[in-house]
Amino acid sequence: MSDLVLDISLTVNGEQVRERIEPRTTLVDFLREDLGLTGSHVGCEHGVCGSCTVRVNGEIVRGCLMLAVQCDGAKVETIEGLSDSGEVADLQAAFEQRNALQCGYCTPGMIAAAQDLLLQAKERGGVPNRDQIREHLSGNYCRCTGYHAIVDAVEAVAQARAGGKQ
Amino acid sequence: MKPAPFAYKKVRTLEEAVALLAEHKDARLLAGGQSLIATLNMRLSAPSLLIDINGIGGLDGIAHKSGTVEIGALVRHAQAERSDVVAKHAPLLARALPHIGHAAIRNCGTLGGSIAFADPAAELPACLLALDGEVDVTGPKGKRTVKAPDFFKGLFETALGPQDVLTAIRVPAASKDSRVGFAELARRHGDYAIVGLAACARADGKGNNSRLADVRLAFFGVGATPLRAKKAEAALAEGNVDAAVAALDLDPQDDVQATAAVKKHLAGVLLRRVAKQLMEARA
Repeated sequence: MSDLVLDISLTVNGEQVRERIEPRTTLVDFLREDLGLTGSHVGCEHGVCGSCTVRVNGEIVRGCLMLAVQCDGAKVETIEGLSDSGEVADLQAAFEQRNALQCGYCTPGMIAAAQDLLLQAKERGGVPNRDQIREHLSGNYCRCTGYHAIVDAVEAVAQARAGGKQ
Repeated sequence: MKPAPFAYKKVRTLEEAVALLAEHKDARLLAGGQSLIATLNMRLSAPSLLIDINGIGGLDGIAHKSGTVEIGALVRHAQAERSDVVAKHAPLLARALPHIGHAAIRNCGTLGGSIAFADPAAELPACLLALDGEVDVTGPKGKRTVKAPDFFKGLFETALGPQDVLTAIRVPAASKDSRVGFAELARRHGDYAIVGLAACARADGKGNNSRLADVRLAFFGVGATPLRAKKAEAALAEGNVDAAVAALDLDPQDDVQATAAVKKHLAGVLLRRVAKQLMEARA
């Protein structure tokens, strides 16, 4: 009936993946340990810190609060995919220019969450303000920067993408 | 690999889920997983089987029918947040939803899961109590409906039996004279509340002469379950906010976030904010 080992098939960063896993494997552990995609980080492992944020079927999720088995048939995108495709290149450049990272541990999750906000804003046709940026990134801890530089970077990219000056 | 080993079964029907719950006494249902998987990771919970109910059809709808808004148990918080039906006919839920967790959590977490888990500091149980809503439950003996005041029994304890599946929640649709209010204080937006308040009322009369009737205040984060503050409700219906604050008879315990005294003070602060929202005409 139900097994302690299951086969799953999914797309990760555009590549078809088939793996045999234990149901108890969280998505972020699967990405890091089975696929070697260590860009998604493991922080608190109970949904508080946001460092494991990845995209599943176009929506950001906590990689530690989803099981890999739940992603059978899904389309998963990690920071490696977002980075290689160039989708977040402007965010990455803005983070670097504005010192929006120090140790960098939170950065992959922070970029994924920021990109999620910017995509939503594009759909609605508006530019998110600083309060909205802070609210959308509220689920991502950064212990280095104090957040101001991160909000600066995301705001600059939001304006640039909407056609303003960076 | 943090959780203890468990088997996994994705079911397609409610009957399958109920039968598996009967067969495996320590099985747990997996819906959004946003509380369950955290407890698995910390090994606070070690079930032998996870029954994934996400493949059951018909549990993810939002419908306005015969004076109520019915929301399927598998509706995600983000889905409800985007819903025009919720915005128009369930304005208290619309106000509360953005406070639930963070964007990534609202994409996964379900309304049914939040109600069934019944965290004492969670938003939706308090909304359900304030609105005098109800939940649909399917168990070994079939389907039944439980009213909100009978549903929340104690700390993480509800009227759900070990083989029950919560399938939908239902709240009365708002009418023209409905007033709602919601406020919470949390250390960080999206965290569980230190104290929160969900409220609704009916405007009695028109314009500046309007008064509030049927005031219902449901506080959360101040006890084992969401709690009505009935004395304060009566005072607020009389139009006296100061008396309502003075009549608050909550008895919170100290917790990791705040002392009982701080929580009591904050409950009064929230009551003043929510009273203002209730007295504003509905936009």
